[in-house]
Amino acid sequence: MRYSALKLIKEAVTGHKGWTPQWRDPEPAQAYDYVIVGGGGHGLATAYYLAKEFGAARIAVLEKGWIGGGNVGRNTTIIRSNYLLDGNEPFYEFSLKLWENLEQDFNYNAMVSQRGILNLIHSDAQRDAARRRGNAMILNGSDAELLDTEGVRAMYPFLNFNDARFPIKGGLLHRRGGTVRHDAVAWGYARGADMRGVDIIQNCEVTGFRIENGKVLGVETSRGFIGAKKVGVSVAGSSSRVMEKAGMRLPIETHVLQAFVSEGLKPFIPGVITYGAGHFYCSQSDKGGLVFGGDLDMYNSYAQRGNLPVVEDVIEGGISLIPALGRARLLRSWGGIMDMSMDGSPFIDKTHIDGLYFNGGWCYGGFKATPASGYCFAHLLKTDRPHDTATAYRLDRFMTGHMIDEKGQGAQPNLH
Amino acid sequence: MIINHPLLGPRDAQEFTYLGDATLINRPDWQSDNAAQAFHDYLYLRDNPAGEHRELWFHEQGDRSWLVVTRNTVTHEILSVEMARDVAKAAAAERSAQ
Repeated sequence: MRYSALKLIKEAVTGHKGWTPQWRDPEPAQAYDYVIVGGGGHGLATAYYLAKEFGAARIAVLEKGWIGGGNVGRNTTIIRSNYLLDGNEPFYEFSLKLWENLEQDFNYNAMVSQRGILNLIHSDAQRDAARRRGNAMILNGSDAELLDTEGVRAMYPFLNFNDARFPIKGGLLHRRGGTVRHDAVAWGYARGADMRGVDIIQNCEVTGFRIENGKVLGVETSRGFIGAKKVGVSVAGSSSRVMEKAGMRLPIETHVLQAFVSEGLKPFIPGVITYGAGHFYCSQSDKGGLVFGGDLDMYNSYAQRGNLPVVEDVIEGGISLIPALGRARLLRSWGGIMDMSMDGSPFIDKTHIDGLYFNGGWCYGGFKATPASGYCFAHLLKTDRPHDTATAYRLDRFMTGHMIDEKGQGAQPNLH
Repeated sequence: MIINHPLLGPRDAQEFTYLGDATLINRPDWQSDNAAQAFHDYLYLRDNPAGEHRELWFHEQGDRSWLVVTRNTVTHEILSVEMARDVAKAAAAERSAQ
């Protein structure tokens, strides 16, 4: 069913009885051409673009739980294209361009809101780094503006400009960045894929791979064996656990990142503010809740919850930046588990097993990458060649020395 | 989380910094024929288990000792705590005995 204003009016006057489920609930077939493991944002986007852009048929998405129940529904919804390195920025710029046209493309209201992202600057060294990054962004077709203190004050007069430790000396403004309604991204891709014949199979856990003579033949699941010519794994957070079933060890650790939302308030933060020095970033949702977060809990974890020291750290950072935050009440906090890779950058690559492909290692930046990740993974699955913007995301890059280390932290995943 | 330090007793995990998998103690032999591959695997690849995990914690705000903590990554329960130097010495003794 195609959504339109006309359809909405018609349903409004006829008691909203004509709406149908947004996707089917099919039984798995015996075999498919493409099986995507993981029905998160990236897996659904992969199936969507495989069907829509690359004309592939007989596609299934296998999801252990339900659509929208994983990290695609647990993140802080920010989209941006503000990376420094050549291996990254063209990819994220491609992603942002897909976001800009996404709602028309999949005919679904994902509430893409380009409200601007401001990275705060507190010192001369940070200003130099921001200028360099801004130039790299502009060279790759993105946008960046360097603001001085007065420029920041005009946007956000309520910030604590004269903090003794981190006085605000300016900011790097990325106007095309913003936020998106994250659940709608999952639903929109699921519906778009389903309309093009993709089978979305929920409550179907992959328990193993059937591999013979170095070639994948299909996947063992909790609902029986499903044959496949090509299998794409897109299960960030659990990548090590799933790929272990294919005998692979990955350059990934799993960590937990917490996020928070306050009670609903009147509009007061129009964009996204990041305060890297204080381990804090914040935006305000359309419902009025302040959505914010900070650092990882720092230790390996598969628990979808964190501990109190990080709650304290994030809220301290928040109140030091926005003193008014002290008056707001915290509504919810939660944790999501993520693939932290050894250089802070992701993987979209073939494996050494014929027909088995891997997409993961998104660290805490997977949401903004959803469209391009799906598109580039679909491109790789269909053509066996990486998309032009994703050539650097190789699994063997640590062996060949082509790391993409945005922060220069080395092989210490919790610091990226 | 509370880490039961073998010398100091129970301490808040906030006093510690975290390094990662305790296999980082077992540095490969740089003179072996496959040293490049062994160091790649040592430095970059991880088992990353969901469940029991042996890992290195550094008591930065305390006595600055390294500990090997066995912890469940699903429940955050800490199962045992050893001095990293004891673990390293035991591993070295085992290697020389072979």
